[in-house]
Amino acid sequence: MTISNEDVQKIARLARLEVSENQAIKFSGELEKILHLVEKMEACDTASVEPMTHPFDAALRLREDKITETNQRDKFQTIAPATQDGLYLVPKVID
Amino acid sequence: MDKLHQKTLTELQSFLRDGECSARELAEHFLQRIDADDQLNAFITVDSQRTLEQAKQADIDLNKNSGSALTGIPLAHKDIFCTDGLLTTCGSKILNNFVSPYDATVVSRLNTAGMVTLGKTNMDEFAMGSSNETSYYGAVSNPWKIDAVPGGSSGGSAAAVAAGLAPAATGTDTGGSIRQPAAFCGITGVKPSYGRVSRYGMIAFASSLDQAGPMTRTAEDAALLLDVMCGFDEHDSTSLRQDPVNFSAQLDKPIEGVKIGLPKSFFSEGLDAEVGDVVDTAIKTLEKMGAIIVDIALPTSELAVPCYYVLAPAEASSNLSRFDGVRFGHRAQEYGDLDDMYQKTRSEGFGDEVKRRIMIGTYALSSGYYDAYYSKAQKLRRLISNDFDLAFKQCDVILGPTTPSVAFDKNAKTDDPVAMYLNDTYTIPANLAGLPAMSLPAGLSPQGMPIGLHIVAPYMEEGRMLNLAHQFQLNTDFHRAFPEAYV
Repeated sequence: MTISNEDVQKIARLARLEVSENQAIKFSGELEKILHLVEKMEACDTASVEPMTHPFDAALRLREDKITETNQRDKFQTIAPATQDGLYLVPKVID
Repeated sequence: MDKLHQKTLTELQSFLRDGECSARELAEHFLQRIDADDQLNAFITVDSQRTLEQAKQADIDLNKNSGSALTGIPLAHKDIFCTDGLLTTCGSKILNNFVSPYDATVVSRLNTAGMVTLGKTNMDEFAMGSSNETSYYGAVSNPWKIDAVPGGSSGGSAAAVAAGLAPAATGTDTGGSIRQPAAFCGITGVKPSYGRVSRYGMIAFASSLDQAGPMTRTAEDAALLLDVMCGFDEHDSTSLRQDPVNFSAQLDKPIEGVKIGLPKSFFSEGLDAEVGDVVDTAIKTLEKMGAIIVDIALPTSELAVPCYYVLAPAEASSNLSRFDGVRFGHRAQEYGDLDDMYQKTRSEGFGDEVKRRIMIGTYALSSGYYDAYYSKAQKLRRLISNDFDLAFKQCDVILGPTTPSVAFDKNAKTDDPVAMYLNDTYTIPANLAGLPAMSLPAGLSPQGMPIGLHIVAPYMEEGRMLNLAHQFQLNTDFHRAFPEAYV
């Protein structure tokens, strides 16, 4: 698998990362090396193997649908970059 | 008494109980050592006033005889654990202003037991690294050789314990991050079975692999901490319902007849001879103590590293999407629209290794590649796990070296991510299979660098592993070795 600078830019965009042209050159080489390592997996036949998603195949626990937490909005928002009237501020999304 | 920093938790317990020293004296002793050290960079945050307040409360409890077995004993927390009111960076710039509004369950359990927090230890950024060189807060040095790395990602915790800046520390282990630095720094480090210790408030890297554990001088000390750290937590969806553990009570069994499995592939290509020699000697010691050696095979473990470098980055790329500059942490100064804010914030806030892993994970999960990478890796994960099930039909525990080499010099592998990844060849399989595993000191190399002995036990059989390690430590004194510069 080869990874071009354009591939890096595309992946970075999906991951919400900004990568300069110089960085893309560096990353493309590094990612290619990592994928080369990863592709050693192909040596093993796994045709009839069930994927293992978790160390023990347990189902997620369910709990009763009732309120257990108290409202700590003020406490949590004191560490936010920008808030107003209990809301988190971000750049305008809808005009 | 003058060498308090070389003592085990068990020894410090008896000092406190007998009134030979107070919790305050202990806290002050370690705070002074942390303050005096200008070589290791083992800590990111120290709040001595807070520490001394905790110690004061511990002394009150000790005087009233109302404390627990661990009341007044100091320890350090890896900076991956959220600590209420205290900076929690996870080694990253993106959390350089994150004062956690709550405690991780591990932290609150140890606080409730009366332990005194010395500070937050340095680590590879988001626990992604095997040398502690990816930390935004600077590399950590190895107390045995200042030019060498302490290992990672729990490198600050390992260096702090090895140098006597803390008698114990917490760590986390996703692919070896407790055991590899424990081996490099000559201490004991335990990764429990997946689900034993709550992950609540432990900043997530790869959620199906992450597990917290203790880093100590001895197996006996590790058991003491695990007895408090383990337990069901409704705040962690993968926490196990389990009876209260008492590993400390399981240490004294004789090891006569214990079957030790040796996977040949862990003693072949890629293992440095000096490490192999020391591990062989340790195994002979166990044999003399009555253990029986059995040859076993873990054939698929050869592919554990490739498998891990799909699964861990895939999970990380999802987990790290929460760092977006909206609710907490760093936000870029200048940006245009919302996407631009995310991108600038994340690009400024994450270091290169974190970016590499996010990108590998994003790629592996992207449309068209999912089956070839992610699904394939999950299938391999099952085969690796099945190998262990088969092996444990022939033996009680599996032994080998923790790492292929002793601690390498700083900058030796920073330009080659893949060479860095191969450090975790022997430790990753246990994470993939969710098994308990530990590293303990097995001796020093001819150049005087620590070498770790690795033990893997069947699921939920920590007691068996700690028993073997404790018996080994009763018959050897490798765990008593202390780096010259920190005596």
